[in-house]
Amino acid sequence: MTQQLVLYPLLLQLFLSIILMFSWKRISWQRVISILGGILNLGVSIWLFAYIWENGTQTIQAGNWEAPFGITFVADTLAVTLVLLTSISGVAVSAFSASSIIPARLKFGYFPIFHFLLLGLIGAFLTGDIFNLYVWFEIIIISSFVLITLGGEKAQLEGAVKYFTLNILASMIFLTAIAVLYGLTGSLNMADLSIKVAAIENRGLVEITAILFLVAFGIKAAVFPLYFWLPASYHTPPSAVSAIFGGLLTKVGVYALIRVFTLIFVGDVFMQDTILVMAILTLISGGLGALIQTNLRKVFSYLIICHIGYMIIGLGMYTEVAIAGTIFYLIHDIVVKTNLFMVGGLIYRIKGTNNIKSLGGLYAEYPRLSLLIAIPLFSLVGIPPLSGFWPKLSLLNAGFNDQNWWAMGAILFASLITLVIIAKVWSNVVWKDKVELPKRINFRYFENLNKTRKIQLVAPIVFLSLISLYIGFGAEHVQQLSTRVAGELMDNQQYIDAVFKTGQNLKP
Amino acid sequence: MEIVLAIMIGILYAAGIYMILRRSLVKLILGIIILGNGANLLIFLLGRITKGSPPIIPGDLKVFEAAYADPIPQALILTAIVISFGLQSFAIILIKRAYKVVKTDDLDEMNAIDQDS
Amino acid sequence: MRTIILKTASAYLLPVLLLFSVFILLRGHYLPGGGFVGGLMASIAFVLHAFANGLSNTKTLIRFHPGFLMPVGLALAFLSGMAPLMFDLPFMTGLWYPEAIPVIGSLGSALFFDIGVYLVVIGVTLTIIFTIADTI
Repeated sequence: MTQQLVLYPLLLQLFLSIILMFSWKRISWQRVISILGGILNLGVSIWLFAYIWENGTQTIQAGNWEAPFGITFVADTLAVTLVLLTSISGVAVSAFSASSIIPARLKFGYFPIFHFLLLGLIGAFLTGDIFNLYVWFEIIIISSFVLITLGGEKAQLEGAVKYFTLNILASMIFLTAIAVLYGLTGSLNMADLSIKVAAIENRGLVEITAILFLVAFGIKAAVFPLYFWLPASYHTPPSAVSAIFGGLLTKVGVYALIRVFTLIFVGDVFMQDTILVMAILTLISGGLGALIQTNLRKVFSYLIICHIGYMIIGLGMYTEVAIAGTIFYLIHDIVVKTNLFMVGGLIYRIKGTNNIKSLGGLYAEYPRLSLLIAIPLFSLVGIPPLSGFWPKLSLLNAGFNDQNWWAMGAILFASLITLVIIAKVWSNVVWKDKVELPKRINFRYFENLNKTRKIQLVAPIVFLSLISLYIGFGAEHVQQLSTRVAGELMDNQQYIDAVFKTGQNLKP
Repeated sequence: MEIVLAIMIGILYAAGIYMILRRSLVKLILGIIILGNGANLLIFLLGRITKGSPPIIPGDLKVFEAAYADPIPQALILTAIVISFGLQSFAIILIKRAYKVVKTDDLDEMNAIDQDS
Repeated sequence: MRTIILKTASAYLLPVLLLFSVFILLRGHYLPGGGFVGGLMASIAFVLHAFANGLSNTKTLIRFHPGFLMPVGLALAFLSGMAPLMFDLPFMTGLWYPEAIPVIGSLGSALFFDIGVYLVVIGVTLTIIFTIADTI
């Protein structure tokens, strides 16, 4: 049973999408299948995580072809952690979409495409082959194109055009980078590439390839000079879609950056400095961008960019402590950002607008809900002991060890700006006196929904809030996990041994 | 042969990027298609060109005897072509829808997302 | 485009092209061909029919929505990929029936995977083309 365990989350998502495609017109079935399937997938992911935690990195050769030739699926601790987080966000967003997406959108196959997106994400995390990574990226972007345009409103289509162009450009650059890398080494397996790239004498060409990868993944991850598609598109689709995009899509770019720059292009000082500078500028520009926005979801979109900087900065410093901070931030950010966009959707459902100026009086109307909303908002800032605090502490610690004052300054500056923004959001949305808004006709306000729908809206937020509370209060466990991941990332040999089965402590 | 292909790829990339930088959406799609073809040719070129020796083993042998063309680039190109087929058909429908709704194919006039709602 | 010549020709060409697409599908394992090319050919056959006789006639000819072929093909490909798991082999390992069967040749899970691809390609291509043609 456990031999094929690595592929189970992948196969389960594929199975779910096929089942959902068969029940194309039956929306009520789709809702039930998606939520139950999400819970099942969460169970499988926890099982996989526990197994990898006990037994170390596991690999599977698809089609039983030997390692450098066939496609390898590698489940190391980083990959399974991200698969687990994908499943957590996935089940939460499934439940949230069941209530918040209107039936007209559900009729055009929202749920099957949503599960294809999750399939692509899980595949991208688990694969050990660079071209296979490209294929999973394409599955992700095709599904995300459909999700972002579903409904076909004016703003959505305009946002989609920008999103589409930049993402497809990133794919082309990625493909070019793969072509050059294949020409250099004649291999596509990442573990094999790790050995072969280190042996190449023409370092200039290797550097160019690394820059191509940096640009390609940088567009996907929305780092400093390449992020303009994100604030133009992320606030246009329904909030459930924004939640999964904000939580996971940019993180897949970050994951690819981490994987490529810790496994294939290692120990390149110039690239590390480039990444560091990009990270610092991302932190500053994203924060400043969020400061002037008045649309709640645009504020959150800019905050995504700002916080991508925290993850990249650890990669730029490239010490074990810094990488551990990056991984911790990644874990915290996926949960909190998904939750944040769902909170945005909930506020929109209550008030009927996203403009901060016309929101207000939430505490007077829904005191308990406001308290719930406080958890993701203040976790994001990182007020101790909530979850955002610990990774920033790790990163600051790493910056201090390196005597890297610029990085430390940027981290502190971005934290301060985040605090200002969240304080602004909190006081405007929750504490300010209620602004009388004209009632929108044909709009399903939160108070008019029936009980099941209300629970489907609030339960995912409660679930993710509990998890982010756990990340904050159980920081010791998460720190232990991220230190272990950082150790694995800094020591490539373990990954290579697992792929080529040359290690001693591996089961046959 | 290599030098001709290299120049060709350069021209395709340049033309593709030029087209993408135009404001018209139709040119954008054309640019993406040309860029995709450039990338595919690049894979083909970098997989080394071996003329007239397909990677097919004769029936009475177990391994290759002479030099043979690397089959992997061809598999990669086929995959990339299939993917770009899907993406391009999506793109065409997208710009068609966008043109119907926004009534322009000029990217500069698509600024509804900058207005607050 | 609706000339009498094309109309008459398409009536004969449709079965021939479909048969040829199946031939391309089946020779795909060792020779050029396979599910993707075969699927494209089959969908071209229907597109030709639609050119000659109008879209609505082709739709009544197919009877069900071509989009339905997508999940069917995916399910077939998925199951043929899953089959090796029952023998404790990794996902998508090729399983082969030891003796060759006349006409088809060796029978294996790869063949069913390819048939799945064939169906998906027909479904996707026809859905795309019918959708574009509908809105013009």
